[in-house]
Amino acid sequence: MTREITGAQSLVHSLEAVGAEVVFGIPGGAILPAYDPLFDSTRVRHILVRHEQGAGHAAEGYAQATGQVGVCMATSGPGATNLVTPIADAYMDSVPMVAITGQVASAAIGTDAFQEADICGITLPITKHNFLVQSADDIPRTIAEAFHLAGTGRPGPVLVDLPKDILQAVTAVLPHEVWPPTLDLPGYRPVTRPHGKQVREAAKLISASRRPVLYIGGGVLKARAAAELRTLAEMTGIPVVTTLMARGAFPDSHPQHLGMPGMHGSVAAVTALQKADLLITLGARFDDRVTGRLASFAPKAAIIHADIDPAEIGKNRTADVPIVGDCREVITELVAALAAEQRPDLEGWWRTLDGWRRTYPLGYETPADGSLAPQHVIERIGRIAGPETIFAAGVGQHQMWAAQFISYENPYTWLNSGGAGTMGYAVPAAMGAKVGRPDATVWAIDGDGCFQMTNQELATCALEGIPIKVAVINNGSLGMVRQWQTLFYDKRYSNTELGTHPASPRTGVKRVPDFVRLAEALGCVGLRCESAAEVDETIEKAMAIDDAPVVVDFVVHPDAMVWPMVAAGASNDEIRVARDLAPDFDYSGDAEVNL
Amino acid sequence: MTTHHTLSVLVENKPGVLARVSGLFSRRGFNIESLAVGPTEHADVSRMTIVVAVDDLPLEQVTKQLNKLVNVLKIVEMDTSVSVQRELLLVKVRADLAVRSQVLETVALFRAKVVDVAQDAVTVEATGTRDKLDALIRMLEPFGIRELVQSGMVALGRGSRSITDRSLRSVERTA
Repeated sequence: MTREITGAQSLVHSLEAVGAEVVFGIPGGAILPAYDPLFDSTRVRHILVRHEQGAGHAAEGYAQATGQVGVCMATSGPGATNLVTPIADAYMDSVPMVAITGQVASAAIGTDAFQEADICGITLPITKHNFLVQSADDIPRTIAEAFHLAGTGRPGPVLVDLPKDILQAVTAVLPHEVWPPTLDLPGYRPVTRPHGKQVREAAKLISASRRPVLYIGGGVLKARAAAELRTLAEMTGIPVVTTLMARGAFPDSHPQHLGMPGMHGSVAAVTALQKADLLITLGARFDDRVTGRLASFAPKAAIIHADIDPAEIGKNRTADVPIVGDCREVITELVAALAAEQRPDLEGWWRTLDGWRRTYPLGYETPADGSLAPQHVIERIGRIAGPETIFAAGVGQHQMWAAQFISYENPYTWLNSGGAGTMGYAVPAAMGAKVGRPDATVWAIDGDGCFQMTNQELATCALEGIPIKVAVINNGSLGMVRQWQTLFYDKRYSNTELGTHPASPRTGVKRVPDFVRLAEALGCVGLRCESAAEVDETIEKAMAIDDAPVVVDFVVHPDAMVWPMVAAGASNDEIRVARDLAPDFDYSGDAEVNL
Repeated sequence: MTTHHTLSVLVENKPGVLARVSGLFSRRGFNIESLAVGPTEHADVSRMTIVVAVDDLPLEQVTKQLNKLVNVLKIVEMDTSVSVQRELLLVKVRADLAVRSQVLETVALFRAKVVDVAQDAVTVEATGTRDKLDALIRMLEPFGIRELVQSGMVALGRGSRSITDRSLRSVERTA
């Protein structure tokens, strides 16, 4: 029996021991030793991507869809720096991810060696933690620590940098003998159990409130607390808003759901927060896209703020009742504490909310010329694909429409880049989600701008048997930027025209690239839809194909805009339901609550 | 109101920890007035003394963000009234024969000491609070300061209690 293995073998055995089933990556010089034993592993599937950014987003999509830690791997230097964007993305959205990078040999570190980059230094501000491994003996413990850090507390990305000589060195520390290794993290003690006194205090405020709102963030999904949230909402009758990161945490069809708050939130959700007397904030962080101008956000509301990260509490808005803890435990204890309290009387509040909902529902205009409304396309995909489908969006108008017009009934069915706003997230994230949930239908809702940033991963999907579906909402421009140019830059469309639309204003330019032919070149089925009459039929055609990735070029009206909107830096009180159209809150008919 | 706060930060004695701490301050937009770091009575633990000029609320945010760093073990704010705070100053003062005695008189006044002497200069070592060292520098300035270096502030709580006790135990347990 061999008593010694290489560092590379130790890495692969450690990944097996920690339960990593999939690694997205690309080999290269410094990480090459690791790819040799990886070749033999029957328990870790490596998926060869086409760009390291794709590996990172795929790991994120995998993690968001499954709740498991996603893993990506790259070589030193440019391989590692290509992971920077997805690592930053995972940091902003608290996605559990472990990035494994090769590094030049220990003796060459600091000499500007070939393909050397100080990736630990570079990722210092965008990782939860990172490690430069200095001995092959340390590999099992470091991998165990990396997965523990990534997946517990407030989840986030952790990077493990492995110099080539460490991968090649021999070690007598065998992962299967030492597993689980003793973790050496004396400074890491996340608090999950909420303070009982704070919970009772929160219950008292809830009971006494007249206009409460459950302001739900992504932390509820991270804590896998959707069922507990539903219990809390139904026992109290309190209205619920779910942020962009929390779509799916509470069923959209539920009568207590007011929709998404924020810059492009529903009038009812935005205004409910503004007029509330109590915000029960669970796993949300008062992001500027939700609060608008902070000084005028929810001016009359007392704040209960529960989060697993103490640094989020009081960061943007002072909390009257701060609660540090895991959202599932917080909600469970809150439900128990509320049993001893009176239910709040919300009849008048609900009459007011229902008035807003009735008067200002989400909607869109159907273009008079018979061209496609992008919102209609997205709404139909949501309806036809159904509530078990996983949707991954890019960033921009299509992302907002996908957040607004698809009805999310289940947790972990909505993946997007919320905090970082990373264009190009959709295709690789959908790929990762499909790998993690092969039973589920996965649609990427992408824009023509985003799609051109990361569509190379469709080759990966085609070759690895990952049949995702991609809807390119093709309006021929960087739509969200163009919308701002329309509204705030006097319609001066500086550098937002992409030429992907048949009606491109640029002479002689039409469909560059042609997404159908591009899809076919990448080994996918390419479809196109240009009129409302073909929408359902095209979606059904795409749904029927399950042995290859499908790309649908939905050629939509180029001028559609995302409404409602709160302009950047404006107060949420200045929400517009359409251009120059502000809601009239005095109208709301039977408002009985004194706002 | 912006005031000075002195934080004692116990960290794991590992490579890169100083960069993690200082990087956090700069990216969150906080200024470090002074930072001193050195070993403690325990080989696995280093102690940083950080002086920051911030309001109370941002200070709470700094502390919480620091606590999130995996290598940070413990943070204690050192209130000036219940701690001893000292800095070390080395200053090279122009002092030829004509003024040397006056320089030495000033040095004696501050209970500082001369640690090096040359034909036309002396090097003075002094420890004390910020105020005391500032006063000494002011008094030496007329003679001509050729070069000056100061350590960061170090601080220790008064009384018999130690801030390292409990966190050290956890290090020993897992080491």
